[in-house]
Amino acid sequence: MKKGKISILKHELVSKHEIIGEGEVKGLLNKYKIKKEQLPKIKSSDPVIKEIKAEVGDIVKITRRSRTAGKFLSYRLVIE
Amino acid sequence: MRTKRIKGIKFGLLSPKEIRKMSAAKIVTADTYGEDGFPMEMGLVNQRIGVIDPGLRCKTCGGRMGECPGHFGHIELAAPVIHVGYAKLIYRMLSATCRKCGRVLQGCLFSVTDAEIERELNKRVISEKLRNAFKTKAYPLSSNADVTKEKDDKWVITDDKEKFIIRIVDGKLNIYDAVKVRKRILEEIEEQKKKQANVGEVVKQVFKEAAKTDVCMYCGERQKVIKYDKPTAYVEIDEEEKKRRLMPTDVRERLERIPDEDIALFGMDPKSARPEWMVLMVLPVPPVTARPSITLESGQRSEDDLTHKLVDIIRINQRFMENRDAGAPQLIIEDLWELLQYHVSTYFDNEIPRLPPARHRSGRPLKTMTQRLKGKEGRFRGSLSGKRVNFSARTVISPNPDIDIDEVGVPEEIAKELTITVNVTERNLKPIKATVRRGRKHPGANYVRRPDGKKVKVTEINYEALADEVDIGWAVERHIRDGDIVLFNRQPSLHRMSIMAHYVRVMPGKTFRLNPAVCPPYNADYDGDEMNLHVLQTEEARAEAKILMAVPQNIISPRFGRPIIGGIHDYVTGLFLLTRGEKKFEREEVLGVLRNIDIDDLGEPAGTFKSPSGIDIEVPYWTGKQIFGMILPKGLNLQFRGKIDDVIIREGELVSGVIDEMAIGSFKGRIIDRIFRQYGEEEAKRFIKDVSRLAINYILQAGFSFGISDEDIPREGKEQIREEAVHEAEKKVDELIRAYEAEELEALPGRALEETLELLIMQELGRARDDAGDIAEKYLGIENAGVLMAKSGARGSILNLTQMAACVGQQSVRGERIKRGYQGRTLPHFKPDDRSANAHGFVRSSFKDGLSPTEYFFHAVGGREALVDTAVRTSQSGYFQRRLINALQDLEVKNDGTVRETRDTIVQLKYGEDSADPSKGDYGKVIDIDEVIREAVGAEVGT
Ligand SMILES: [Mg+2]
Ligand SMILES: [Zn+2]
Ligand SMILES: [Zn+2]
Repeated sequence: MKKGKISILKHELVSKHEIIGEGEVKGLLNKYKIKKEQLPKIKSSDPVIKEIKAEVGDIVKITRRSRTAGKFLSYRLVIE
Repeated sequence: MRTKRIKGIKFGLLSPKEIRKMSAAKIVTADTYGEDGFPMEMGLVNQRIGVIDPGLRCKTCGGRMGECPGHFGHIELAAPVIHVGYAKLIYRMLSATCRKCGRVLQGCLFSVTDAEIERELNKRVISEKLRNAFKTKAYPLSSNADVTKEKDDKWVITDDKEKFIIRIVDGKLNIYDAVKVRKRILEEIEEQKKKQANVGEVVKQVFKEAAKTDVCMYCGERQKVIKYDKPTAYVEIDEEEKKRRLMPTDVRERLERIPDEDIALFGMDPKSARPEWMVLMVLPVPPVTARPSITLESGQRSEDDLTHKLVDIIRINQRFMENRDAGAPQLIIEDLWELLQYHVSTYFDNEIPRLPPARHRSGRPLKTMTQRLKGKEGRFRGSLSGKRVNFSARTVISPNPDIDIDEVGVPEEIAKELTITVNVTERNLKPIKATVRRGRKHPGANYVRRPDGKKVKVTEINYEALADEVDIGWAVERHIRDGDIVLFNRQPSLHRMSIMAHYVRVMPGKTFRLNPAVCPPYNADYDGDEMNLHVLQTEEARAEAKILMAVPQNIISPRFGRPIIGGIHDYVTGLFLLTRGEKKFEREEVLGVLRNIDIDDLGEPAGTFKSPSGIDIEVPYWTGKQIFGMILPKGLNLQFRGKIDDVIIREGELVSGVIDEMAIGSFKGRIIDRIFRQYGEEEAKRFIKDVSRLAINYILQAGFSFGISDEDIPREGKEQIREEAVHEAEKKVDELIRAYEAEELEALPGRALEETLELLIMQELGRARDDAGDIAEKYLGIENAGVLMAKSGARGSILNLTQMAACVGQQSVRGERIKRGYQGRTLPHFKPDDRSANAHGFVRSSFKDGLSPTEYFFHAVGGREALVDTAVRTSQSGYFQRRLINALQDLEVKNDGTVRETRDTIVQLKYGEDSADPSKGDYGKVIDIDEVIREAVGAEVGT
């Protein structure tokens, strides 16, 4: 990150994105009985993905605030 | 069932070879049926291309009518003709390829004069090799696209070729560049194809460059201009402006010359679409099953339009052959050729500009290929996206407050047409027999089906015999009757409540009847609206409709989490009048008002009073509020702010407050909302039904009407409106204008002086109308029917009343006073630059009094904007809705709560990210915490 630039991750409107480990991935795919490709996608060119240095094939966990449910977890597969 | 996914669709042209290969019969004779009444051999209704006569067998596949899908035949055309559908593309391809060698024109060459060439030659130092080439008039040039590698083919140089070489020498034509461009375009096309995107934009470049090129890069041929003479002729014009018609044979030859490797430049695949296939030599003949003839009542056969057209083609085709074989003069041949072209063209499309449509003997234009597919009634929009259905009915709707909200009144006439198929079993044999025994009289039957599948119509003559015969294993199509579940629908079906399940109630009359409380979800009224009804045919469908689509299930709208079904109009007025103040009712009056409502205990009377009947005795009385409490569920506790005052309900009794729109109205109805959540949909349905009966009973007894005299305001009231409201405001406006002209007016922050003036004037005139309204309301009084309806929320607003009784007010266009019209003024009735209220659309009259001519004009100006606005909005939102539906229709909430599309990829890990059903939540919130607390702590805790 360039000096003097504020990380977009700090912005209140940017939900928390984190790369999840293999174990968690396995659990997730098992839970929904799906393959990686069936998850929602996110482009590797997405500013957040670039910021957290996720690579194509990674799965990111997105923690969103929800007015009704309090917290909501979403998962996305990073694609080209 | 295993489903397969379509990976792609490939479009191509049929080659003559393919057409012949797929053909089951060559068609030669134009006649359809022979004298023996059987289809002609080699005719258009050939037995080898499908059967439409019962009893006959297909000579190709052996199938009977209904089994044989039909097979294509073919006609060998005596001369090639242009396919109209591709005429434009043929023109573009002819113009973009070399007239001699057929290669795609590239390289941006411009023809040069001989003098220019001479000059160029003299100026230049030419390489030994080239000089030699000129001397021998032979120059080595690769005929391949890839000119980077020179080959040793020797070419004889023509004049054009010399110029071409000079161009190369001159460096103006860079063959290497042209080759590079070619490569780039081919790559781009490939890329677009891989992305399954449109290649049109890329191909456009090819045509564009070809249009600039007029000498062939490969053979040096100078190109001529080709003109497209619509719809199917091409003319070549040379430098001397001499014209030569390109006959379809010439066109075909040229297209044949285009090499396969150049066809890719047009975005086409030469394997499945060679350009010369756009010029027809063989015409496929669709199977008879696609153009069945119908037998008229007179026993005469009437052929399909397509067959008629094919007959024409065969006739001309034969005449052409005969004339040519007889060696007829060229002129006659050309005329016949033109005629053949006309018939083939109109066979494909009978609405070609500049071509007179082919007509039936009666003068009706024929419906040929394109007409079958195109438009609203065409194959796509008419037969595939939308179909007509059986077991449905449509008629005008009218109100009936005595039927339940989940019932629909069906005219007996319709009930006798619509049927439900019942399989006869041991359990229902007896009642079904009784049904059939009634014949076609109402709850009877129209058809019975024997176990062998044979369908028998129930008639006046055979119904008794059929009733005896009906047994287990039969099926009976019985009339719909009371209690059957049906779907009821009003277009436009904008939300899911536009189709709901109702229970049938057969009634006399010719209209569908529905309880006015269900008008809001359908957005229906009774000014001539029609609605559709569909009878469900399977047990599964009926179960699904009952559980998901029944009216009570849809009382709460998922759109805003509040009831969409509830009291409207007189329901609101009736209960408003009943519960307002302390109305006293004697026992008999109470029983009258509660007519048709299931209540068996009136409870303790509120007190005793002197009977109004005149006899001097004290009798017990009940209040209006008490009566309303009788239809509330026992133990209901609720408190909310109504339109007039706070409504308090304790233990199922209306303690205080007036019942209005906020309590029982559709869209708002707090009581309905609460009953639905606390007691369930059946109780809510019962409550709405009781509301409608109670309100109607009372309003019928009390009487309620609104007429034009209800807008009357006494003389002093009118005076007051004119003086205190209108005149006062006009005076203030004049004062503002004076101040503005004297430059005493101060601009508001962020506004120009003129804007400020307009703003202040608008404010002043707006206030004038409000004041007028207030005065009018005062004089009309609360007992005025209009005021009652406005205050209770039954219908209309105080603004409506103001406009009718007092003052219509300022008319506006785009939120400003009306200023369009002539220069400096709106109408010739006013002086230029008059800024007064009158001159810019202030309507001081009321609708009751009538508008002056200028006022009327301004009102029309303002009204037009509103009209245009709604027209634009509805068409836009309609299209928006369509796109949304198309995008979302395949999404499904699975059992694990995920939202997935058809390939099972996840769209949302949890429906709505909270799994909440908006119709079960409270106005956008999943739960109403305050309500839960109140429930737990006890009703006494205040709101
Ligand atoms: Mg209407
Ligand atoms: Zn067949
Ligand atoms: Zn050429």
